[in-house]
Amino acid sequence: MSSNIRPSGVFDTSYAQDIALNRTRADKWLSNGLFLLLLLLPLLSSDGPLGLNIVPTLWIGTLNRIAIFVIAVQGLNVLTGYCGQISLGHAAFMAVGAYTGAILGRQLGMTFWLALPIAALVTGLVGLIFGLPSLRVKGFYLAMATLAAQFIIPWLLRYPLEPLTNGSRPLDVPVPTLFGISFAADGAMFYIIIPAAVFLSLAARNMLRSRVGRALISVRDNDIAAEQMGINVFNYKLLAFFVAAMFAGIAGCLAAYNTNSVSLDTFLLDQSIAMLAMLVIGGAGYPLGPMFGVTLVLLLQQIIIPSLIPPLNNVLPGLLPFINSVNIYAALSPLIFGAALAIFLVFNPRGLAHRWEIIKIAWKLRPFSH
Amino acid sequence: MVNSAAKLHVDNISLGFGGIKALQNVGFTVGHGEIVAVIGPNGAGKTSLINSITGFYRPQTGAIRLDGVDITPLPPYKRAQLGIARTFQNIALYTNMTALDNLMAARHIHMKANAFTSAIFYGLARREEIANRQRVEEIVDFLEMENIRKAIVGNLSYGLRKRVELGRALALEPTLLLLDEPMAGMNVEEKEDMARFILDIHERQKMTIVLIEHDMGLVMDISQRVVAIDFGRKIAEGTPDEIKQDEHVIKAYLGQEI
Repeated sequence: MSSNIRPSGVFDTSYAQDIALNRTRADKWLSNGLFLLLLLLPLLSSDGPLGLNIVPTLWIGTLNRIAIFVIAVQGLNVLTGYCGQISLGHAAFMAVGAYTGAILGRQLGMTFWLALPIAALVTGLVGLIFGLPSLRVKGFYLAMATLAAQFIIPWLLRYPLEPLTNGSRPLDVPVPTLFGISFAADGAMFYIIIPAAVFLSLAARNMLRSRVGRALISVRDNDIAAEQMGINVFNYKLLAFFVAAMFAGIAGCLAAYNTNSVSLDTFLLDQSIAMLAMLVIGGAGYPLGPMFGVTLVLLLQQIIIPSLIPPLNNVLPGLLPFINSVNIYAALSPLIFGAALAIFLVFNPRGLAHRWEIIKIAWKLRPFSH
Repeated sequence: MVNSAAKLHVDNISLGFGGIKALQNVGFTVGHGEIVAVIGPNGAGKTSLINSITGFYRPQTGAIRLDGVDITPLPPYKRAQLGIARTFQNIALYTNMTALDNLMAARHIHMKANAFTSAIFYGLARREEIANRQRVEEIVDFLEMENIRKAIVGNLSYGLRKRVELGRALALEPTLLLLDEPMAGMNVEEKEDMARFILDIHERQKMTIVLIEHDMGLVMDISQRVVAIDFGRKIAEGTPDEIKQDEHVIKAYLGQEI
């Protein structure tokens, strides 16, 4: 790990310094500065109070989506990356959070600030139930068992709970307010979503570097040894499911309030698999993995591939006359997306976060090779 | 016979897997601060015996007593909390962690942070990290592994991994240490190092140690008593000198007719 290699001239003189996240003053300025810079972004967009047009408004929406998925994938990272339990039901957990938050806000008129933690808790408990098979099964078999969540939960939301959830049709969600200030404006949710993503990522990072995180990794690396070293393996597996579902619930609830509507179609199996792909591409088991993976996948899906389509549109209808030129985006985007992911996995099998570690080590050791 | 003075009392346990009888009425006691070696040919049931003591296997009959308390119904993690630590024949470290984290992971039972206080980190979790780090560093010092502290254990050599595993067991601060072939596959120098560590642990911490080992020279040198097992049965028990003369043991090892 790159954190074990100190820049030349930096020495730790206490254990407190050795376990700190920001080791030098420069690190501290850099991380706090980046956070502040991120918070300033909406002010530079054309919707901001300054009327500047430096940052396209579209970016703010994309950043919101990235941050929401970072939260969800951080949860998946705790479960799959740290604890080693595969889940194919993560999108369903997001749906639980989204619908719980939406229904509490709509039907009960509950404020967003109360609905969010309740949605998180409810989703956590649902995750706990679907984590129970992990007592007996591992690996692919557990993946199949969690697949049950991905089919049962949307079915429950679509049919038996239709009076509450509006079934297959979208459900309107109220706008959050705080002390009379409404978060209706386009960039406003940014100030809820981004801090939430940063704080939850920090929480996951902190968990990783203390007692609970080490117990989770012990379960992943060697569950038999972990059990004989005093770790209650089953409890920690359930804890991982609870935390993962809770993160997904928060992400789902934020997504619902971000777009002011919930629709079941966004929480289906393809989304669960996409989140696993984000985690693997970013680097499962690395604290920065979700950031890298989500950013890359969403940028590919929302910005890079759409921008590739117009130039291709000029060439391809001649080459591929059997594709209707109107549908060319729909036809090609999954193809380009799939190819891009395959290439990334071939060249970065351990994820972008691992590549980032290698780059950091090379930077700290320069001009020497080791 | 319940010997309340004994650290560990294996009370006539039998363990079977379907038709295979891994252990049949094996019983012995280990006194406080004693080093007892368990020997026997391959497949004799030595590791099954250790696994029964740690709770990984549950014998069908008989009981395991620690300090006179019956621990037979307890799951492995509770036995670890009562002070039983072990090493494994085929190293079972947390491969992707650093040596230091492997030791810190074993401090689990001495720490309190839950998911919530861990996520917050500052305060309880951080104080606890630093306090336990100090204990772990003492072990790092003792086992002379300062230079591999931050190495990923998956990348370490076999001998060093065995040493990290011993360190992990010690980090638990056990009162009973079970070593399953701690010197298997080592060269002479590494074996001597390991023997020195085991004797040091015994001297300094008055630790009760049960060890499985195939190197008879070493077994006879470092253990105070020896229990010999063959085909799941105890065939002899006594001091190293008695065991060397025991005809059942000679027969088990050399296949000699009596």
